[in-house]
Amino acid sequence: MDHAAGKPVDPRVIDAMLPYMRTNYGNPSSLHTCGQEARKALEEARTKIAKLINAEKKETIVFTSGATESNNLAIKGVANRYKDRGNRILTSSVEHMSVVNSCKYMTTRGFEAIFLPVDQYGFLSLDALEKELTDKTVLVTIVYANGEIGTIEPIREISKIVHRKSVFLHVDATAACGQVPIDVKDEGIDLLTISSNDMYGPRGVGALYMKEGIRLEPQLHGGGQERGLRSGTENVVGIVGFAKATEIAKQETEASGKRLIKLRDHFIEGLTKPIPYAFVNGHPTRRLPDNVSVRYSFIEGESMLLSLDLEGVSVSSGSACAAKTLEPSHVLLALGLKHEEAHGSLMFTLGRQSTVEDVNYVIGLMPGIVKRLRAMSPLTPKELNG
Amino acid sequence: MYTQKVMEHFKNPHNMGEIPDADGVGTVGNPVCGDLMTIYIKVKDNHLVDIKFKTYGCGSAIATSSMITDLAMGKTLEEAMKITRGNVADALEGLPPVKMHCSNLAADALHAAIEDYYKKQKAKQEAKQ
Repeated sequence: MDHAAGKPVDPRVIDAMLPYMRTNYGNPSSLHTCGQEARKALEEARTKIAKLINAEKKETIVFTSGATESNNLAIKGVANRYKDRGNRILTSSVEHMSVVNSCKYMTTRGFEAIFLPVDQYGFLSLDALEKELTDKTVLVTIVYANGEIGTIEPIREISKIVHRKSVFLHVDATAACGQVPIDVKDEGIDLLTISSNDMYGPRGVGALYMKEGIRLEPQLHGGGQERGLRSGTENVVGIVGFAKATEIAKQETEASGKRLIKLRDHFIEGLTKPIPYAFVNGHPTRRLPDNVSVRYSFIEGESMLLSLDLEGVSVSSGSACAAKTLEPSHVLLALGLKHEEAHGSLMFTLGRQSTVEDVNYVIGLMPGIVKRLRAMSPLTPKELNG
Repeated sequence: MYTQKVMEHFKNPHNMGEIPDADGVGTVGNPVCGDLMTIYIKVKDNHLVDIKFKTYGCGSAIATSSMITDLAMGKTLEEAMKITRGNVADALEGLPPVKMHCSNLAADALHAAIEDYYKKQKAKQEAKQ
């Protein structure tokens, strides 16, 4: 129930990868046959990934070590390359830490980072975007759908606003890729981050799409691989797995999405309806098919997480107490939740293997767990413990 | 991440609940930070004859609350005042470093309850005079 944190690699992906560890282990930069076979596999993989997002050509795809690197490359790479156009970066207040911290880092390099507000569901304020999009703006970076609350941002509308000026739009589609169809041309996306493990591929691989004509300042310098944008010998075995995962996702996204949406809605209802003071985080319908984020008043998330773990269920919590920092999730706070409300959050993420039996098992456990912890809590109103 | 001892106390906390006619009550923490503890005590002949707790918070907040009631039960007030946060963590066979400060508040809650008891006693004596 914590698929956002890690997914199993699809067995079909593993099968596709094995030959590239055993026999086809060549370096794509080598000119001999062995190397050229690896080059061929690499370029075929690039084509498959370009097709998933309807990119104009395969050369728009740059392979990286994952979503964090793609986000860093997009933000630092565009900002530095086009700094003569301006020094302002706009982003939302519900981004992944790799976007948050890349933007914050750029403020130490003479840039200004604006974290735009979202509404109670997590939708970006388009008014704020229009207002803050000054002539000094060089890049807007917005998450396609936030992995913690699942809310899917109105990317088309955001793109229309951003492209009224000559500003680039980067979209972090890490949580969304493979779950909802993404079309960079139709949706007007200039740069897009995608990740392999989020589509049941291996970890340590990702990609950055960059529209033809966009230039980037590289972050890794070396042998000039990936057209000089990302040096380092290509992780062919990982990339082959990533491409296979992409291919499977493209075939199965629609059917698995429909199944998961049904399962998700049943799960949300089962976790909130029978229990008083239980709420859903994010938008009820415009959310990722796998995402079930809920919160319970008067109790704290880590104690719920531990209680579920004792029953064999793995989940995440938005509480500070379950994190390394002492602050609850910035995403939940951005929705306008109070600290104590954010502390009471639990995030379930469904996967391809999740069944209605799994979901019903958790639905059956939750009332008892909430009741026990509420009985312990000095915050619980008396009538609830009666 | 947690020791087995912490998990035992989390699963089956000792002395959870309230004492309606408590001789002293101490509350520490803040729900904004994710932890709030209330300790209730009954005192007889300078000894802690009953202790109960109510806690909002993470696993370690609940386990430390439970542990402090075990450590302090039957002790004199002076002995109980000497129980430290470190003693509670040691009795639980350790806490994760990040939890040592934020959720290891049980000793403070107990001390606050004893101080509340002293304050109430003083008020009673003054009322008599």
